[in-house]
Amino acid sequence: MSSPVLDVRDLAFAYPDGHQALFGVDLHVHRGERVALLGPNGAGKTTLVLHLNGILTAGRGSVSVSGLQVAKEHLQEIRRRVGIVFQDPDDQLFLGTVRQDVAFGPANLGLKGAALEQRVMEALDRVGMADFADRPPHHLSYGQRRRVAVATVLAMEPEVLVLDEPSSNLDPASRRELAEILRGLDVTVLMVTHDLPYALELCPRSVVLSEGGVVADRPTFDVLTDEALMAAHRLELPWGFDPRRIDSLPR
Amino acid sequence: MGAGHGHRLFFHGHGPIHRAPAHVKVLALLGFMLVVVATPRQAYGVFAVEALVLLAVIVVSRVPLRYLLPRMVIELPFAVFAVLMPFISHGPRTDVLGVSVSEPGLVAGIALLVKGSIGVLAALTLASTTEPQDLLRGLQRLRMPELVVQIMGFMIRYLDVVTAELGRMMTALRSRGCDPRSPRHWPVLARSLGALFIRSYERGERVHLAMLSRGYDGKLPQLEKTS
Repeated sequence: MSSPVLDVRDLAFAYPDGHQALFGVDLHVHRGERVALLGPNGAGKTTLVLHLNGILTAGRGSVSVSGLQVAKEHLQEIRRRVGIVFQDPDDQLFLGTVRQDVAFGPANLGLKGAALEQRVMEALDRVGMADFADRPPHHLSYGQRRRVAVATVLAMEPEVLVLDEPSSNLDPASRRELAEILRGLDVTVLMVTHDLPYALELCPRSVVLSEGGVVADRPTFDVLTDEALMAAHRLELPWGFDPRRIDSLPR
Repeated sequence: MGAGHGHRLFFHGHGPIHRAPAHVKVLALLGFMLVVVATPRQAYGVFAVEALVLLAVIVVSRVPLRYLLPRMVIELPFAVFAVLMPFISHGPRTDVLGVSVSEPGLVAGIALLVKGSIGVLAALTLASTTEPQDLLRGLQRLRMPELVVQIMGFMIRYLDVVTAELGRMMTALRSRGCDPRSPRHWPVLARSLGALFIRSYERGERVHLAMLSRGYDGKLPQLEKTS
């Protein structure tokens, strides 16, 4: 088997105030996979995500991305390889126009002129926002801003796309449009979410994190139909939603 | 969502003033204001000429006065002060409409009002004919320190976000029977402003995280105008 895109081994981390958030997490994601990271509030999902691109540094254990260890010496390369889309697009889009915001990442990587312009337009094209390149981000709808936030990261051509709550605050149509975009992308995806039907729709595999440890790593369908596991870790399906009654899942 | 329609001062148009390069407009405004401030207090003829020049620029810019005048209310606190001056100043008295007022106070009050109004109107003219983004690029071209330009850029970007957040907090207060305008509820208002400050501060940290995640290393890359 090829070396995993994401290889997290025995990762433990405590915040400076002494709060221990992760206790020996193991996670492997292979090229082309779409994996959902599930778990109740406070399980350590965000802490784990911030380790993937070196914002937080492992207390114990290691994280590597396509064989490259997450460490100070090659943070720049790690941050190119791991693209994180944060939950609130207003945190991610901070410049005057959509084009400038999408250009920010690749420009930090040293891209200039026509190559930069091409990279920006390609990324906007992939999320269907090319017509909005010269608009200020705050004039866009929330769903459009979320898509631009995805483009800001795609423009860096990451090896793995990490999404924090991609479906939160979206209306059903925007939620579906984003799903279609994500399914059409040819990148490895790790998606942190509480939206279990979304996880089932997009991610064949799910990892459940609870109280700082991985408690399940199985096909999403198996996780969502394991009532004992779900109840033990405060996971609940929306009322009336039964994965067993869905006869075919989009791939 | 709360993303209001952007910059309330800019008036969309394609006149010659709109098209003029931002740095030229900034320099012109600066020069004009220096002249206005340096005009002696009682040189009313010179004030009239300055006002005419400004009005001519506004006419050429095709921004209606109806648009500019209501926005001059920002001047109100200064205007109130200017009106008070003749009453609170000392010195020889004179009669205006049967009311005894201080003569130096009257002269100073009128001068303050005239200079202030010309200044505010001139600044509004710049703001209504220049997009904030162009203004920033203009300042950049005038060698304004990079850090200051960046901070101004972030301010413009997040002004609406923070205002919308404040609006939602006020709505939430009103929904629970609190009237933020009444002095009785000012302590609550002060606490929510404190909360807004903390929230904005935390947002700043999240923005910084998002920037680091895209390879930010302390300086913004030169983003040339690509349109």
